[in-house]
Amino acid sequence: MTPNLHLWLIPILPLIGATINGLFGKRFSRQTVSGIAWTFSGAAFAMALWVVSQFSSLVLPYTEHLSPWIQAGAFHADFGFYLDQLTLIMLLIVTGVGLLIHIYSVGYMWEEGGFYRFFSYLNLFLFFMLTLILASNYLVMFIGWEGVGLASYLLIGFWFTKDSAASAGKKAFIVNRIGDFGFLLALFLIIQHFGSLDFTQVTSAVMPYGIEASGGFLTAIAILLMVGACGKSAQIPLYVWLPDAMEGPTPVSALIHAATMVTAGVYMVSRSHAIFERAPIALTIVAIIGTLTAFLAATIGITQTDIKKVLAYSTVSQLGYMFMACGVAAFSAGIFHLMTHAFFKGLLFLAAGSVIHSVGGEQDMRKMGGLRKKIPWTFWTMTAATFAIAGIPGLSGFFSKDEILWRAYQASWIYWLIGVITAFITSFYMFRLWFMTFFGEYRGEAESGHSHDAHASHGHGQGGIHESPKVMLIPLVILAFLSVFGGYVGVPGSLGGGNHFDQFLAPVFHSTIPSTSAEQATGVENAPPEQTTEGAEPNTGHSTELLFTGISVCAGFLGLFLAWLLYYKRPQLPQEIAVGLGGLYRGVVNKYYVDEIYAAVFVKPLIGISRGVFWHGVDQHVIDATLDDSAAGAREISGVVRRMQSGNLRSYAGWIAIGAAAVIVYMVWVGTR
Amino acid sequence: MVPLSYYLVLSGILFACGVAGFLIKRNIITIFMSIELMLNGVNLSFVAFAAQWHALSGQVFVFFVMVVAAAEAAVGLAIIIAVYRTRATLNVDKVDLLKL
Repeated sequence: MTPNLHLWLIPILPLIGATINGLFGKRFSRQTVSGIAWTFSGAAFAMALWVVSQFSSLVLPYTEHLSPWIQAGAFHADFGFYLDQLTLIMLLIVTGVGLLIHIYSVGYMWEEGGFYRFFSYLNLFLFFMLTLILASNYLVMFIGWEGVGLASYLLIGFWFTKDSAASAGKKAFIVNRIGDFGFLLALFLIIQHFGSLDFTQVTSAVMPYGIEASGGFLTAIAILLMVGACGKSAQIPLYVWLPDAMEGPTPVSALIHAATMVTAGVYMVSRSHAIFERAPIALTIVAIIGTLTAFLAATIGITQTDIKKVLAYSTVSQLGYMFMACGVAAFSAGIFHLMTHAFFKGLLFLAAGSVIHSVGGEQDMRKMGGLRKKIPWTFWTMTAATFAIAGIPGLSGFFSKDEILWRAYQASWIYWLIGVITAFITSFYMFRLWFMTFFGEYRGEAESGHSHDAHASHGHGQGGIHESPKVMLIPLVILAFLSVFGGYVGVPGSLGGGNHFDQFLAPVFHSTIPSTSAEQATGVENAPPEQTTEGAEPNTGHSTELLFTGISVCAGFLGLFLAWLLYYKRPQLPQEIAVGLGGLYRGVVNKYYVDEIYAAVFVKPLIGISRGVFWHGVDQHVIDATLDDSAAGAREISGVVRRMQSGNLRSYAGWIAIGAAAVIVYMVWVGTR
Repeated sequence: MVPLSYYLVLSGILFACGVAGFLIKRNIITIFMSIELMLNGVNLSFVAFAAQWHALSGQVFVFFVMVVAAAEAAVGLAIIIAVYRTRATLNVDKVDLLKL
């Protein structure tokens, strides 16, 4: 007997919090507002934990149908929720990290205006994100998908009086629109071919299809879904919004733009794995996009000096890893990295927020330094996260990244090579950030330098560098713990682990291609590597896998060493190298001029066409002109007719007499005819 | 017996005099009297027809017209007094604003 889980409660709880805070929060004290926000996000997390406790007794996948939504002929879409192993992991990440960040935000945002607004938006985001991951069909998922975009827009533009924040919010929203358009087209194609949007029905409808060697409608669906994922998860060519999104408050960057929302694309691709597995061309595109994004974003990350921008490009790069994993059909590895990334990148952002908080709103790493002693808690938690993302053995990022690289190697050595180089760059820029922030001499102004930018209100009167309050440090410590030990759920077989994570997700990912079509797949040249279950993995692989693990560990340590050399031992060296590289350095520091190219190729012509054709042409000369001219015509005619209405009694009488005479003449004429 | 056409011609002349006076005169009292003249012209044709066809309805109609004319005289003269008090003139050309 499957218990009724009431999954719908999980997203509804944060929505209630958002509503209460949004409607009445203005009158509440800060304590009340944060209490409400904590209660409802905590309740969602508690529900999630309860679901975990019930999980073993469930028949998977567990679905809940609440009510019909759209019914048109044979097609129907319901409000429904869906639970399987993948959902469970996402659920825990979103509610868990979400709760921690809610707690942290109270400390971080305490001095800010619009406190209630912030928590209302944050709860609203949780509602949409939970809808997204719990949805039982693509349409409900799309509600969440659009909703998190909205929440992201609201929170990026939280300091909306600042022009750059407002336009960063708009940029994120508009760039996401492009991706959403692709997603929507994919949904239409799915409806056309399968007549349903329900996950289980689509999966079973896909079953009979073999692998498409050349392009077909499955490939088209997969590519369009990937366009959607590119928008939401900030992949080339739609990644440009994410670095700008750092205009939002730091907890927002941690929650939405690192841990949860940007991973929605990975989740969606994994959820649609049945389609992707049958479309090798689309998979190749996914892998190429992921690999390129990982590499390019990492190179940009080297040159950034804003601490949050470094982390933003790092996020883009790590998302690239996840897509690389999806692209080689190693979905569970991608989700594994998604999870560990949520821990360590969430932590990195929160710790960076703590650093920014402590130095009074400064975000430029060149004005930091030597903070190790001043803010020890932040330093140690950030260290844990830095080592985790750099892939130092034993920490969470090491296991997940290694898993991806190994799977990528099985598909093609090129992915692996670029992946390892990216791992090296990742390690380098992360340790650069670490050394620049925490080591050496403090380079900021001696006393409170916080007079500019949005964090100015952080000025704590007495100024000076200070450790953040406990309410901010506790989430840091918890996340640090998870960043260090979170990887042990998925230790690969080659390192003596059981790879429990992969096995846990196995029912979700390993069951779609029936053995017959898998055999066909081997005949196809560029088919995706078959999903090898643990038992089927060749034993000879272990030593090879260990070798590759060794190589990526070396890459990580090399990055550490280089960063130590350049930013600790000889801090003047980077300047010389930058000068030596000349144009290449300028290109990277300007983010490969991607924003400028987009502005020239897309934005300028669009604005030009909008202004020249749609505004001056269509709007002013057609729509406005029609209205204006008809109004002017009416005025002219009335100007003529008005003269009759003189107010002169006798002229009226004259008109009546003339009219009466005309009628009589007419009657006489009719009568005598 | 005076033929019907005589009455009708007289009635037409009276009515035309009323119309002409209405259109030509500026004094509001004169205009008012012109209206009475038109009404009486019409009354004459009513009674003439009534006598010609030996039907009483024409004469009854004349009473109705006289009642309405009396009421109109009462209201109209009151308006004229009100206009004179505010404008100190009875020239209709000066009273063309359709408001006070």
